[in-house]
Amino acid sequence: MRRATGLPLLVLPLLLSGCDMVVMNPTGDVAYQQRNLILFSVGVMLLIIVPVMVLTVLFAYRYRSGNPNKIYDPSFDHSTTLELVIWSCPLLIIIALSAVTWTSTHLLDPFRPLERLAPGVPVPPDAKPLNVQVVALDWKWLFIYPDLGIATVNELALPVDVPVRFSITSTDQFNTFYAPTLAGMIYAMPTMRSELNAVLNKPGESWGYSGNYTGRGYSDMRFKLRGVEGADFDRWVADVKAAESGLELSTLVELVKPSEKVPVMHFASVQDGLFDRAVNRCIEPGKPCMIDVMRRDMQASGGHPHHAHPAPAMPPGREAQPLTGTKPKPALEKAPDEKGTSPNVTKPVELETPGQLKPGDGRNRDLQ
Amino acid sequence: MTETTLKTIFGRLGWESFPIHEPILFGTFVVVALLGLAIVGAVTWFRLWGYLWREWFTSVDHKKIGIMYIILGIIMLLRGFADALMMRVQQAIAFGANEGYLPAHHYDQIFTAHGTIMIFFVAIPLVVGLINFVMPLQIGARDVAFPFLNNLSFWLTAAGAVLTMTSLFIGEFARTGWLSYAPLAELSYSPDTGVDYYLWSLQIAGVGTTLSAINMVATIIKMRAPGMTMMKLPVFCWTALCSNVLAIAIFPALTVAFFLLMLDRYVGTNFFTNELGGAPMMYWNMVWIWGHPEVYVLVLPAFGIYSEITSTFTGKRLFGYTSMVYATVVITILSYLVWLHHFFTMGAGPAVNSFFGIATMVISIPTGAKVFNWLFTMYRGDIRFELPMMWVVAFMLTFVVGGMTGVLLAIPPADFVLHNSLFLVAHFHNTIIGGVVFGLFAAMVYWFPKAFGFKLDPFWGKVAFWGWVVGYWVAWTPIYVVGLMGTARRVHHFDDPSIQPYFVIAAIGALIILVGILGFVMSIVMGFVKREELRDTTGDPWGGRTLEWSTSSPPPAYNFAFLPVVHDLDAWYDMKARGYQRPVDEFRPIYMPRNTGTGVILAGLSLALGFGMVWYMWWLAALTFVALLAVAVGHTFNFKRDTFIPAAEVAATENARQPLAVGA
Repeated sequence: MRRATGLPLLVLPLLLSGCDMVVMNPTGDVAYQQRNLILFSVGVMLLIIVPVMVLTVLFAYRYRSGNPNKIYDPSFDHSTTLELVIWSCPLLIIIALSAVTWTSTHLLDPFRPLERLAPGVPVPPDAKPLNVQVVALDWKWLFIYPDLGIATVNELALPVDVPVRFSITSTDQFNTFYAPTLAGMIYAMPTMRSELNAVLNKPGESWGYSGNYTGRGYSDMRFKLRGVEGADFDRWVADVKAAESGLELSTLVELVKPSEKVPVMHFASVQDGLFDRAVNRCIEPGKPCMIDVMRRDMQASGGHPHHAHPAPAMPPGREAQPLTGTKPKPALEKAPDEKGTSPNVTKPVELETPGQLKPGDGRNRDLQ
Repeated sequence: MTETTLKTIFGRLGWESFPIHEPILFGTFVVVALLGLAIVGAVTWFRLWGYLWREWFTSVDHKKIGIMYIILGIIMLLRGFADALMMRVQQAIAFGANEGYLPAHHYDQIFTAHGTIMIFFVAIPLVVGLINFVMPLQIGARDVAFPFLNNLSFWLTAAGAVLTMTSLFIGEFARTGWLSYAPLAELSYSPDTGVDYYLWSLQIAGVGTTLSAINMVATIIKMRAPGMTMMKLPVFCWTALCSNVLAIAIFPALTVAFFLLMLDRYVGTNFFTNELGGAPMMYWNMVWIWGHPEVYVLVLPAFGIYSEITSTFTGKRLFGYTSMVYATVVITILSYLVWLHHFFTMGAGPAVNSFFGIATMVISIPTGAKVFNWLFTMYRGDIRFELPMMWVVAFMLTFVVGGMTGVLLAIPPADFVLHNSLFLVAHFHNTIIGGVVFGLFAAMVYWFPKAFGFKLDPFWGKVAFWGWVVGYWVAWTPIYVVGLMGTARRVHHFDDPSIQPYFVIAAIGALIILVGILGFVMSIVMGFVKREELRDTTGDPWGGRTLEWSTSSPPPAYNFAFLPVVHDLDAWYDMKARGYQRPVDEFRPIYMPRNTGTGVILAGLSLALGFGMVWYMWWLAALTFVALLAVAVGHTFNFKRDTFIPAAEVAATENARQPLAVGA
């Protein structure tokens, strides 16, 4: 047994030398506080884990059958004092951790505006956070900088020591926006807007990922996270602004089609309201936005949500086509000829994907 | 025949549905088919079909059903572990320009199948099988409360496993992760057979698990031997009770979640779609209201196993029996209150997150108390380090680390950096392998002589032990590390070459675990070969303390010629201490349930129903559904459900089996 646990302990330092544990060496203040929380809790828990492991080995050795010097007391099965210790030690540790949990969960709530840029450096009162809108697409990340009027795909550049407020959504899958060195992760969900407040403290490049499996292109759905000093950031913005094209609604309609290993893209300008369209599932021109449908339903029902019924000219319940594209026909409604054939793993090569326009189409999932 | 007729008959099944172009699958198919033919051929050659049907398939004997569950679990473990090896190899080589040998398509099915199979068709059958075998013996009963239901539960679980395995060769399995999260599992994004296979397999198996749980709870409540009050119940039975109460409470939530997802896919509702007010998040809540307590459904019986073994091999009563029972009950209740910790990162407010985080940590208090209780059972004991006890010590050293990382993940801000990373994956493998799997192996070694009358081969048992323990640490320590390097789970290809060495080490660890698995199989084979040498003639090979050791190994069909009367906790130890004498005459006829084939037929029909629904063969589904109802109703008119074992036969059995037994 001792050999079993000793082995990894011996190998561990060798493994750890020369590796870059971003979670343990973050460059953003939020992730830094999260790192400290991890170290603190591990330390507190080791107070009980280490004695337990030592006692296990010690008792296993001491009270082994072959040991003539041990005390054998088969009737020793209860001790009120020991029971008190047994229950109170974990209790005390959990009380300490609970207190830390309560405060840290509130202080590090992703929705909470930042109060400090770094340990001991409060956010200046006049500082305005940089807004970044994040849209998780199949399978790439779109970053819109509404304040700067630019957008990028799979590249997120952030000015160092400037608070950033992310608004996060997704077009059709549950992704997580995962930037381990910045602030960990938060879900990007269709029809919903998540928020994350964070700051990057050091210049340098690292990677961000999607943390939640979304299908075929998921593994390569990553973005370059660049921390850039003030003047360099302006130069970077100017670079992006020099890009050939801007992000229009029509560009976005093309962009939402599933694709893999998408290279970095820059857009010199951004049409207004694209993020809201993504949240409200009305990227296709002419589709009613969810928020408008809901508003009109409410108005039609006199404002009482329990009496809601569809307003005229709006999709009436489940018979309707979804706001984006055509809904796949449910299995039981398919005529024999519509059943198709469900193949095994090997798929034909088809490059053109219908994307949002026909979300149920197999070609969206099975790119080769 | 026209295309329409073909499609009406075969639904969406076509030539493309078979993996003719896929060398890995085709090779597997050939091997599996040859093995299957060999087994069928051997059974036919030795004329075993009649024996198997009469003595095993239709048996309502809880011991045989338990053994069949365990065989199912071990077979599925081999499949689940093959998936694990394939993933480890893929992740060890797929860096930079090398895309590995598995396309995303295939890899995604493998990780989904691995998780699904390991939980639903390995852990659950092994745990249910052990409870089935051991619990009635420990409470001094002759069978479970509903013997036919028990047989049906097993065959429904087996039908689910067969349907899952079918997806390997006909069509494909889900590419959605082991819980088939919406909206990815919706028809819009997963139009193929995969998710349907997943849903129908788990629904069929889930009915079996729910029925089995009801059965076990009824048995423990109603069928304890005279004198066995609840506070004299062996700890394993307490944990089995809590585990099954949990299962009854949670499986309906899963069944409903799957049912609504089925409606979305088959009827076109929008419960979990992105459209028209659908709420995918609701699906996540429902599956995790099942999913987190499910962890305790599996680990509580394992805790019971460790308790039994520790007390037997230290030659002591369990330290703090009462607090152990309360700890179990507290864990049972708390496990309902923690499900949200699986998605702290979904944007719930800090108060909600803190509540679920703290509730999760609180579970570690009774769990910690349990660890201390085992520790103080060892204290002043006389510890015999036979294999089961070795597993217990390995468990204690491994599991506390998993517990620690679990509490770490329960702190929401820490979870923000660790969630969905490989750190999380390493954590739950740490608790499931270190907690559940070690316990299951300990239990199989411990109770094997009771089931078959001879011990497992100790040398190969040690190979299995060291393979698993060393393999676990070599395989999962590097995964913790890459998790801290910010690597997400379920990724099939990496760019950063600096993390490759860790995956290579992890793959080596998986190979060491393979040695452990083969060692276990060998310990059964060599145990069988050397069975005369390893024979247990006493019925009590380890110096046991609970009632299952008071009968012969293997026990007779009726378990106990006379129901034992219990005066103390550790009833058998107490009986031995009072100079127990085996009864030798005045045997009475014993009332026993009669075997029936209805369970096999119902499960077979469910399997065909599931297959018909997966492939859109509506005629098959309709036909089997009607047949299911007809057989189920028809069975209620079967009044020949019981039988008596004549006193002479009992006397003959007792005298033949027990001349050497303790107390004879």
